[in-house]
Amino acid sequence: MARIGHSWGRYPQASHTLVNVIDRHQPLPALDRTMLPYGNGRSYGDSCLNDSGALLHTRELDHFISFDPESGELDCEAGLQLADILDLIVPQGWFLPVTPGTRFITVGGAIANDVHGKNHHRAGNFGRHVLELELLRSDGSRRVCSLTENPDWFAATIGGLGLTGLITRARIQLRRITGPWMSTEVHRFENLTGFFRLSERSDRDYEYTVAWIDCLASGSELGRGLFTRANHAPAHPDRRPVAPERRLRVPFTPPVSLINRLTLRSFNTLYYRRQRQPVAHTTTHYEPHFYPLDGILDWNRIYGPRGFMQYQCVVPPADAEHRIAQLLRTIAASGSGSFLAVLKQFGTLSSPGMLSFPRPGTTLALDFPNEGSRTLKLLDRLDQIVAEADGAVYPAKDARMSGSHFRQYFPAWASFRPFIDPRFSSSFWRRVME
Amino acid sequence: MLNVLIIGATSAIAEATARRYAARGARLFLVARDATRLADIATDLHVRGAVDVGHATLDVNRLDAHASVLDQAWTKLECVDVVLIAHGTLPDQGACEGSVETALAEFSTNGTATIALMTAIAPRLEAQRRGMLAVISSVAGDRGRQSNYLYGAAKAAVSTFASGLRQRLTKVGVNVLTIKPGFVDTPMTRNFRKGVLWAKPDGVARGIVRAADRGRSVVYLPGFWLPIMLIIRHIPEFIFKRIKL
Repeated sequence: MARIGHSWGRYPQASHTLVNVIDRHQPLPALDRTMLPYGNGRSYGDSCLNDSGALLHTRELDHFISFDPESGELDCEAGLQLADILDLIVPQGWFLPVTPGTRFITVGGAIANDVHGKNHHRAGNFGRHVLELELLRSDGSRRVCSLTENPDWFAATIGGLGLTGLITRARIQLRRITGPWMSTEVHRFENLTGFFRLSERSDRDYEYTVAWIDCLASGSELGRGLFTRANHAPAHPDRRPVAPERRLRVPFTPPVSLINRLTLRSFNTLYYRRQRQPVAHTTTHYEPHFYPLDGILDWNRIYGPRGFMQYQCVVPPADAEHRIAQLLRTIAASGSGSFLAVLKQFGTLSSPGMLSFPRPGTTLALDFPNEGSRTLKLLDRLDQIVAEADGAVYPAKDARMSGSHFRQYFPAWASFRPFIDPRFSSSFWRRVME
Repeated sequence: MLNVLIIGATSAIAEATARRYAARGARLFLVARDATRLADIATDLHVRGAVDVGHATLDVNRLDAHASVLDQAWTKLECVDVVLIAHGTLPDQGACEGSVETALAEFSTNGTATIALMTAIAPRLEAQRRGMLAVISSVAGDRGRQSNYLYGAAKAAVSTFASGLRQRLTKVGVNVLTIKPGFVDTPMTRNFRKGVLWAKPDGVARGIVRAADRGRSVVYLPGFWLPIMLIIRHIPEFIFKRIKL
């Protein structure tokens, strides 16, 4: 049965046959069309879509297999969401080794996109913490993959965008914590140079660093923003806030995007001015710290029926400041942009994945309301800057980069290709291989 | 220690309910047809906090096998605080109209087998003089509708049986809880188009556990089905027979 679906960015739309995978011990279904694993659909663009093909829904592969509270080793099925894992492990003194900005993603998705988080400079990507995974192929074969067993399959599957087969289960090494609280500091910075200075000073002593920037500020204020650095709090902090109980929900999709030039400029200015003092210290629960947007369910609806496009790139350290300034000037001049503009320094830890996105340098992530060709042109201009700088764009968030740019950003694509399951494909992959 | 026996444990609602009991550190005994999935679910519930998870396979239509599986459950758990009967299928109404065999087989799974289990479980709870028997019926059992009256008739039998059993067991301190879910987004209803009336298994599970905790008799899940079914039950037959439901 064909269903129209979309990814988290609500752009583009695609038509799919949906197939639920309910038992990891069973072979994959025999279908007359290509398939693609689909977890919770939080990829922004078309890497989790397979137009005219089938999606293998993994949400019922959500079983724990084992958890050792002594060693912090977790074995679970790939459709399990990070939120469910956190509910189990945090009370037992463990945390995810790496987490992206939403906990509503599956383990399989975290591996297939080799996600990163605010601790990239300390912990690297999610894939570094995967001890072992099982890959099920359409020919019925199963491979246990790790750094030592089938290492080539392991490398292809981490960051492999779901194309190498279905990840049925994975064993992950968790990280010890003493409690659910975070000690955080928020520093206001006046411009881009301020960001780089703060990053350099913070990366050694703070496990989590990230900055929000006002992407519409220009001139001497270009790149102004708020820099957050945090560590897991000691066992018994003075304040012990609890996780927020109630979640808000965007109840319906407004007919037009609520994010437009007017709302954006006022929001960004207010948000920047929100913090009066240059530095603020707080103790927070880990949920609002790591997952501020998870508090608003279906937040992607605010961009209206046309959806939005995420853009996340990384530029190498050598001329990062110059390149980021160039990108921000291009965005500010266009007047388009987002309130979710995020800047972070990646570390030098490498990932086992062949197609992994993070690499040393500075990463910038923003979302743009979809205004059709206007938005596409702006993103093409950003791509030119990133390509010139020898950087890369993140496939998990992309719905439009050109095939030639993809192949430049990810030169390992040619050696990756033989690992693709002959029965698997995705809208993204067909687009960038054109 | 809370001891919970679940029959039809691989169903989505049952599994979500079991996870809630596991998180409380309950002792569980699971019964279902599919041994592999049963083993996976048992392992999962153990990781989620269940102190001990036993399991046994059973096809509920093998009525002669009920007693031995119940014996195993009682041997393992000794005293059972909550029994949840959750197995079921969603018959194809058209197929039931075309074949007596299909109709009776579906009635057996959703009605007769459930009544057989309740009959066999009742004296065990009676002997304990405590505990709760929760059974998943359906809003479909409240009134026969042309779209699924075979299923509805089986569920009506279960609801009526549960009502009588409740009167009998209340005297010895045992509660019978009739659970009437509306549309739930589960593998059983995979091919339906989902609208605003659809609930998630976990929401229904939360309602089941709450109703069991409070010792309720009949619960509609989600709660908005109570007024809806009140109206549907009271539509006069001369109108009802002409509308399409």
